[in-house]
Amino acid sequence: MDLLVEQIIFFAFAGMTVLAGAVVVAVRNPVHSVLALVVAFVASAGLWLLLEAEFLALVLIFVYVGAVMTLFLFVVMMLNIRELPSREGFVRFLPLALFALAAIVAMMVFVIGPQHFGLAQYAIPAHHGADYSNIRELGLVLYTHDVYPFELAAVLLLIAIIAAISLSFRGRRVGTRSQVPSAQIAVKSADRIRIIKMASEPKVKR
Amino acid sequence: MIPLSDYLIVGAILFGLSLAGIIINRKNVIILLMCIELMLLAVNTNFIAFSHYLGDNLGEIFVFFILTVAAAEAAIGLAILMVLYRNRQTINVEDLDSLKG
Amino acid sequence: MHQDSVLHNLSLTMVLAPLLGAIVAGFFGKVIGKTWTHRVTILLLMVSFACAIYIAKLLILDGMPSYNGVIYTWADVGKYQFNVGFLIDRLTAVMGITVTFVSLLVHIYSIGYMAEDDGYQRFFSYISLFTFMMLMLITANNLLQLYFGWEGVGLVSYLLIGFWFHRETANFGSLKAFIANRVGDMGFLLGIAAIMTYFGTIDYSTIFADAGNFTQTTITVLPGVHWNLITVVCLLLFIGAMGKSAQMPLHVWLPESMEGPTPISALIHAATMVTAGVFMVARMSPLFELSQVALTTVLIIGAVGALFTGILGVIQSDIKRVVAYSTLSQLGYMMVGLGASAFSAGIFHLMTHASFKALLFLSAGSVIIGMHHDQDMRNMGNIRKYMPITYVAFLVGALSLSAIPPFAGFYSKDAIIDAVHLSTIPGAHFAYICVVLGAFVTALYSFRAFFMTFHTKERMSEGLRKNLKESPWVVWVPLVILVVPSIILGAMIAGPMLYDPHSILGNSVYTAPQYDVLKIMAGHWHGAWSAVAESIYTPAFWMSIAGVAVAWLSYIVFPRLPNFVTRRFSWVYYILDRKYGFDDFNQIIFARGTVGLGKALFKYADLKLIDDYMVNGSGRGIEWFSRTLRKTQSGYLYDYAFAMILGLLVFLLWLLLG
Repeated sequence: MDLLVEQIIFFAFAGMTVLAGAVVVAVRNPVHSVLALVVAFVASAGLWLLLEAEFLALVLIFVYVGAVMTLFLFVVMMLNIRELPSREGFVRFLPLALFALAAIVAMMVFVIGPQHFGLAQYAIPAHHGADYSNIRELGLVLYTHDVYPFELAAVLLLIAIIAAISLSFRGRRVGTRSQVPSAQIAVKSADRIRIIKMASEPKVKR
Repeated sequence: MIPLSDYLIVGAILFGLSLAGIIINRKNVIILLMCIELMLLAVNTNFIAFSHYLGDNLGEIFVFFILTVAAAEAAIGLAILMVLYRNRQTINVEDLDSLKG
Repeated sequence: MHQDSVLHNLSLTMVLAPLLGAIVAGFFGKVIGKTWTHRVTILLLMVSFACAIYIAKLLILDGMPSYNGVIYTWADVGKYQFNVGFLIDRLTAVMGITVTFVSLLVHIYSIGYMAEDDGYQRFFSYISLFTFMMLMLITANNLLQLYFGWEGVGLVSYLLIGFWFHRETANFGSLKAFIANRVGDMGFLLGIAAIMTYFGTIDYSTIFADAGNFTQTTITVLPGVHWNLITVVCLLLFIGAMGKSAQMPLHVWLPESMEGPTPISALIHAATMVTAGVFMVARMSPLFELSQVALTTVLIIGAVGALFTGILGVIQSDIKRVVAYSTLSQLGYMMVGLGASAFSAGIFHLMTHASFKALLFLSAGSVIIGMHHDQDMRNMGNIRKYMPITYVAFLVGALSLSAIPPFAGFYSKDAIIDAVHLSTIPGAHFAYICVVLGAFVTALYSFRAFFMTFHTKERMSEGLRKNLKESPWVVWVPLVILVVPSIILGAMIAGPMLYDPHSILGNSVYTAPQYDVLKIMAGHWHGAWSAVAESIYTPAFWMSIAGVAVAWLSYIVFPRLPNFVTRRFSWVYYILDRKYGFDDFNQIIFARGTVGLGKALFKYADLKLIDDYMVNGSGRGIEWFSRTLRKTQSGYLYDYAFAMILGLLVFLLWLLLG
């Protein structure tokens, strides 16, 4: 790939990510924040593609943009917050926030800046060929070496599902019709079907 | 020719932004949760960058798990938020001071 | 092996018989009654005495080697072994005879003296127990057992001084004795600890064998201050001896101890217990001989005590107190003898002193019985008319005490004075002056008491005078028995004890060659009688004669003289009456100081520091801390998040700067 093109792509996605991140924290309306976060995720996925993590980039879009962000959006709308929380602290804490931002970025850059992690220290790795499959590589590790953590992650997700449901489930409302699975399971054949013995009718002579 | 440090700096800026977001958006729990997602994104970016430049896909495995956990966290966090709103009719953090000693 | 088992059994019997007596009298005294109490204890003590004599015969006359054996291992801790064991050598044999002899006579005497006392059985139990403790002390073959006996006699002494515990003064006196002894015992204990630390053992034989290796060892007393180990050990041990043997400045308890019954004063505070310090120094002679500093200290302290406590005896009016101060003075003489490295002379004086001092005390007790427990000499006078036997006994005792030849005291005291004269140890010159002047003082107070009590006008009340008669036979028989050694003991054993190359103590005491003054004196020894004849050339003799003469002039010829002197030199009298201020000093500095310190500690350390600052303060502190900490717990999520961010920043900074 052309080097210049690659750099343009990188800076475009990076700029988009940072800009979207700034919008997420700066805007007043939470719906806008969520939408900006979606943009940030998508842009990040682009960056990840540049880093040849195709599987994760796609997962980020599918799972995060498709599921988690939708969930956020759902919640924001469901709560239906009429008067948005006032932002009186915004001005008051802005200097502090900017200071924290500056301090963190400055110190991080100092630690991870080009003088430590530049090209001289870490050369660009060779690009993979066209027959390289990122999913295959990940799968090979995930299903062999990391199979137990993988199973644990699955269980964790299950727990998350149960937790989320049990937290937000408010019990059956009166007057609604719904299934009662226990009753369905506990049903006996005798309750459903009645076998009636009947005397067979005499053959009608014809 | 993008050096590793550029990716790391992007991650650092994202991280700093989310921190600043936590500081200024101290009222709104939803935005706080979003800031945390942003923070995780920054971390994941770092992982993937390192994974790529070091030629070891363990970092990607790690990101995979972080995504899983983050998804679970978001789901439960939002569920808690729902319950909170139902009970208190607010998500303003200033009203949530029952932890006060 | 056979000889060892003989000595082993004999000494075991000697030591345990009085203990048995004490147990019987103490626990079953009420059951068996007064008569059987004294019969049992006296019989057992006779057994003990017989054993002591037999041991002395075997060791001294038959020349049997000394016995050193372990009876029982009390504790085995790490590299230390604590044993109950006997070291039966000639020193032990001599001490054993002295202790059991005086104790036996005091037992007999007490039948008469204590006859009407309610605590009769208790008394006999105590004195038998005392004898046991004293025997444990002298037979010990290690410092722990010595310390056991040491504390044991201290305990019994406390019990006996406070025997009449309903008397305020008796309780005060017993407490004083106990506390003053405690000060000394602290030093003693530290000395034992030092020996245990550096020598790794508390057995005499090992210590003495190793002592030579430690002459150059120094220990750090304070940072930067290094003292010779042997000197430190000897000085600490000597502090113990100062307490037990009532040397200045720990002597204050001895006059107060006269609150106890008179037989006790004779047994404990004259003849035996107070000589434990002397015995201990003699026993530790191989250590003391290695330290000139320690010897000088012993010499000086002994000499000062010999002179100045004697002077106090001159103004006392209580007959027992006079004798008590004379004890202090004589103990000073013994210490001087030890300090001059004439250990044999010190022990010799201990023996003669035991007999004539017991005699004096028991005679005084006899007078006190006659006077119905009035001890004030100003109420006595001309008692010789009523108590002739007591009169003679007291006279012999006084002559012996005043070192008039040829009585026993003369030989021993003369030997000590000579030894000091010849000694080359620093301070010997000063000590010599003290002991010579002391001879004058000794004669003065002895004969002052003698004249005031037995001569001069009869000053007692009419009713008392009518009933005044000689004491019963159980009282005067011991007097007569004690008269004998008080006269002849000196002349009899002075030669073999002091000057014989194979002297009685033999190698049980050790004298370094450069300090061996007795060896020089042996050259001038031509037998007991020529010593009497030669004595007229010594200043000490004339000092004694002068003392007797002054006493005679002041109390018989010119009875007004003492009053005149008292008035003329009232400030001297005042100083003496205040006993040089030792008591006042102790009372003000130590007693009131301790009370004040206790109060101050109670007020500031206990109430303020512990109760207020520490107990309540920790509560208050936690309350304050939690109140402060509570402010950080706002309950707002963002504050906690902010704290995390702060922590992150700090860690990053640390990473950057670290």
